[in-house]
Amino acid sequence: MTDAGAPILEVVGASKRFPGVLALADVSFALAPGEVHALVGENGAGKSTLIKLLTGVYSPDSGEIRYAGEPVSFARPLDAQAAGISTIYQEVNLIPLMSVARNLYLGREPRNWLGLVDFRRMHREAGALLDRYGIDVDVRAPLGSLGLGAQQMVALARAVSVNARVVIMDEPTSSLEPREVDTLFRVIGELREQGVGTAYVSHRLDELYRICDRVTVLRDGRVVHTGPLAGLDRLRLVSLMLGRDVAEVRRHGLTQFSDSHAAVTNEPVLEARNLTKRHVLSDVSFDVRPGEVTGLGGLLGSGRSETAKAIVGALPVDHGSVVVAGRRLRRLSPAAAIRAGISLLPEDRKAEGIIPDLSVRENIVLAAMPRLSRAGVVSRAQQDRIVDAFMKRLRIKAASPNQKVSELSGGNQQKVMLARWLCLNPKVLLLDEPTRGIDVGAKAEVQQLIDELAQEGLAVVLISSDLEELVEGADRIVVLHAGGVVDELTGDDVNESHLMAAVAQDAGERSHD
Amino acid sequence: MTELTVSTPSVDRHRIARYLQVYGVYAAVAVLLIFNALFTDNFLAVSNLRTQLVQVSPVVIVALGMALVIGTEGIDLSVGSVMALAAAVLPMYLGYGVVPAILLALLAGMAVGALNGTLVAVVRLQPIVATLALFVGGRGLALVLAGGQLKQIHNSTLLAIGGDDVLGVPVIVLVAALLAIAVGFVVQRTTFGRQLVAIGGNRAASQLAGLPVRRVLLVTYIACGAFAALAGVLATARLTASDPSAIGNLMELSAITAVVVGGTPLSGGRVRVLGTVAGALLMQLLRATLIKHDLPDSMAQMVQAVIILVAVYVARERRSR
Amino acid sequence: MTYSKTEATVIETRAEPAPDGVAAPRRTEQAAALLQRHGALAVLIVVVLIATMVFPSFGTPDNAHNIAIQSSFLAVVALGMTFVIISGGIDLSVGSVFALGGVLAAYASRWGLLPALLLPLAVCGLIGAVNGVLVAKARMPAFIVTLASLLGARGLLLAITHQGADTFLVPKDSAFAKLGQGTLAGFGYPVYLAVAAFAVGGLVLQRTRLGQSVYAVGGSEDAASLMGLPVARIKIVVYLASGLLAGFAGALNAARLSSGVTILGVGMELDAIAAVVIGGTLLVGGAGTVSGTLCGVLLLGTIQNMINQIGSLDSSYQSVVSGAFLIVVVVVQTYLSRTQRIR
Repeated sequence: MTDAGAPILEVVGASKRFPGVLALADVSFALAPGEVHALVGENGAGKSTLIKLLTGVYSPDSGEIRYAGEPVSFARPLDAQAAGISTIYQEVNLIPLMSVARNLYLGREPRNWLGLVDFRRMHREAGALLDRYGIDVDVRAPLGSLGLGAQQMVALARAVSVNARVVIMDEPTSSLEPREVDTLFRVIGELREQGVGTAYVSHRLDELYRICDRVTVLRDGRVVHTGPLAGLDRLRLVSLMLGRDVAEVRRHGLTQFSDSHAAVTNEPVLEARNLTKRHVLSDVSFDVRPGEVTGLGGLLGSGRSETAKAIVGALPVDHGSVVVAGRRLRRLSPAAAIRAGISLLPEDRKAEGIIPDLSVRENIVLAAMPRLSRAGVVSRAQQDRIVDAFMKRLRIKAASPNQKVSELSGGNQQKVMLARWLCLNPKVLLLDEPTRGIDVGAKAEVQQLIDELAQEGLAVVLISSDLEELVEGADRIVVLHAGGVVDELTGDDVNESHLMAAVAQDAGERSHD
Repeated sequence: MTELTVSTPSVDRHRIARYLQVYGVYAAVAVLLIFNALFTDNFLAVSNLRTQLVQVSPVVIVALGMALVIGTEGIDLSVGSVMALAAAVLPMYLGYGVVPAILLALLAGMAVGALNGTLVAVVRLQPIVATLALFVGGRGLALVLAGGQLKQIHNSTLLAIGGDDVLGVPVIVLVAALLAIAVGFVVQRTTFGRQLVAIGGNRAASQLAGLPVRRVLLVTYIACGAFAALAGVLATARLTASDPSAIGNLMELSAITAVVVGGTPLSGGRVRVLGTVAGALLMQLLRATLIKHDLPDSMAQMVQAVIILVAVYVARERRSR
Repeated sequence: MTYSKTEATVIETRAEPAPDGVAAPRRTEQAAALLQRHGALAVLIVVVLIATMVFPSFGTPDNAHNIAIQSSFLAVVALGMTFVIISGGIDLSVGSVFALGGVLAAYASRWGLLPALLLPLAVCGLIGAVNGVLVAKARMPAFIVTLASLLGARGLLLAITHQGADTFLVPKDSAFAKLGQGTLAGFGYPVYLAVAAFAVGGLVLQRTRLGQSVYAVGGSEDAASLMGLPVARIKIVVYLASGLLAGFAGALNAARLSSGVTILGVGMELDAIAAVVIGGTLLVGGAGTVSGTLCGVLLLGTIQNMINQIGSLDSSYQSVVSGAFLIVVVVVQTYLSRTQRIR
């Protein structure tokens, strides 16, 4: 039940620029007390920039932020927090080395009459707080020793316990089990009753429809729609997010993927066998066939990226093996994987992808350099040939191959990364979140490229948190949960409801402890 | 729908800062040269220029090795101690001939480098900690080997290396110049050099791309040790005495200063060889200017401190707000 | 100089298939944690026992007093260093600041006890504050900033002593001299002051909000900032404390030697770092104790004493042993922290 009274937190006509990109243009957003307001948009639409404005990480270049009716200017996150705006992020932004209790009360530890921290009271109150939310952990344990889901629940408990008037949740369920999601929603219900305003950012439409009252849609840095969620058709919501016609979305699906591809042959080109690593992967096995797109599905933290890394030898395993074209790889290392014809496009291109100060050319040839050199000296001519070819094929927009790669847009950077792996002529291409954080146009191009590569006979493994992308792009989906394979969807079973069921089913069976 | 790109004033500020970082050191060297040419007696005299170049050469040699290490986002605090070690080893084996003695001294430096490299690349210690241990213990080791004594050098070949000219240029200066050219070539044009720079720019990405990260790091630290040992040998030859207690004192500071002032970022990913040479020259000229104008040593140190701070300030990564 | 955390941590923080709650820590992990925390103490006890058995003159009260007083100055400096390192930083200037503090104290001692303490505290505190501001606000790497301070402070030192020519003397029989030279129950006053400093420091670190914040900033600066902590202010406080403590230690040392010796403190920062690391504090920050540092300081002091006992050995052996020790400790520490499942 929302009261359309005076908003507790409001953004009026805000704009924010970064070098080379306009992240937000004239955005207005209003959150009422006791309301749960959904904030949706594609990657790169401006959601996280808007959140950072609301939480004091950034200041708007123009426009105004109003809190409880008064214009405010937060110089840093501390100010926003002190004012009563609390935030839960997608990554757990707590201190792993410190205990759960210390994390919960950091900055506001209970003190005794001497002014010293009262640990006994802190542990007691921490235990009580977590009990209220049904979170069963040892408050003295280091936060980092807990599962991601449990860590996220601790972050939730902290955010909610600071007597906030506004709580902002950025993709809060990406690492939660269904049971924990229920707890989260119960908490949100309580917040609503207390008159706290909640801003909920997520791309999981099911959840939005379950818990949110209103929705604001961002696209390319602007607000394209704001209004109540009830009565807004799902398809219409998605078409607003994508900027495409409803009928077109219904016809073509949500992504640029064409219909499924047929495997070139039934002989797998890559076999992952019994990959196991304590606490991370348990007995993961599956096959990948040329010409087919094999999806890896599961929640955040289910082990998809770890599986991909294990296959290319970037993550050491306790046991298990990888077989490529019938031959077992003796050594699992990135260099060995590359030699065997396996390439991995990592999930975090900033941390594990681009070499920011080097040129586009040098980034593309990074892995192929030994093949393009003579007696240890680099051959510019050979490099230029490859670079030109791939810049054309992938339509990489750059002033020249010598431009610093950090100056390119996210989409073009991702294409540079793809070029790096494709120029090695791989047999198997593993793609971990290939369209994350890039604009809609580049996203479409990448999806089309994946299609083309599969049609040309390449074996592709696709990891994506975007359910539509995964379902439409993959021909088969191997579903992971808690580090193990729980299901494999093929043919007509490859759809969203089956996928969600596959992930939830196992969790349900396990919850009898 | 394409991205909206907007050119903003902050981009120009970035560009100015970058120019300052890259070219600032050359400008500063030029300014000092001109200042001294005008206001310092006998500055442009050949004998003075010779002295300046001879004095700066060991620093250049060490700084070149340091630049390579810093390019990998590492640091080597042990270079001064390696110089002392080389100075201690050298006279011990002169009896077998100049060449074996020099080779053994270089080997000692490479051994230290190998140890540093193993700790950094295999054990994955932080470079500051790994090289700290050798900084602490290396000079002590050198003193133990030398019996704590200063030894006069009488070997004529070695003295010739230290004092004579080849084609009118002192041997030391020639070695430094040749080394600078070689390192510049390696960094720009060889696979090893480009891989080194990539590893410094983003180690995780380099690892995933199959680069031989451990091997490159190991070789880099070994090279740094070798260069430091070479500098120790040359300095000993010039001083005509092996003095492990004094040689290379504070050399790591001078080398790091030269590298940083010369525009090579501490965060790795770029190696500016010419800038490093210019950085060493700058500090040398600074010192010389202050001395020739009778300014005390204390002033030189404080000025050096300010210069380091300014150079790093200009070079630091900007976070957008 | 960057303190980049290794990629190993990045990989391991992602996945988490373990069920809710804590996977019961295995015995080996518990043992590793214990060793990490109290390893320094254990090694100290072992070394002291060995020394007492091997060297007859080691276990005497006189020798104990000796070790205590020799170590007390490094101890105070290392206390400040502990705070800085736990917060994720490093302070290379403490050696120069120590020497500067001594000279300033000796200079001001002609006017009495209070000036002799206040002048070094004021100047050295200022240097520490400047370090802190440059690191926290200008966001420059701590390594370079404190390296520059190392040079600048020593330059300042040379300037006020006319290039090291002047040596200021502490007036005999003054209250200040007594502070450095007096004894109580055989132990010099500086020993008690050092112990008191550690007691206060430990209390602040473990039991105050400021202390918790220091651990948080060292554990994850970004998270601490997002959790609302005043990160810049905390860092400035930490470097200020380091400067003050180094200056204080220098002043005490001058009181003991009755003069401000200018050549002191060279390399002291490395001994301080060594003591902190040997004591179990992680160099990346976020974990550590002052009691560990105290053990580290005593360990270094004991080793030095043992080498002196041997007599025939050069004092340069001490630095070799310290260096070797440092490597061993850090390698062990690294492997221990990797077996602990921080995910």
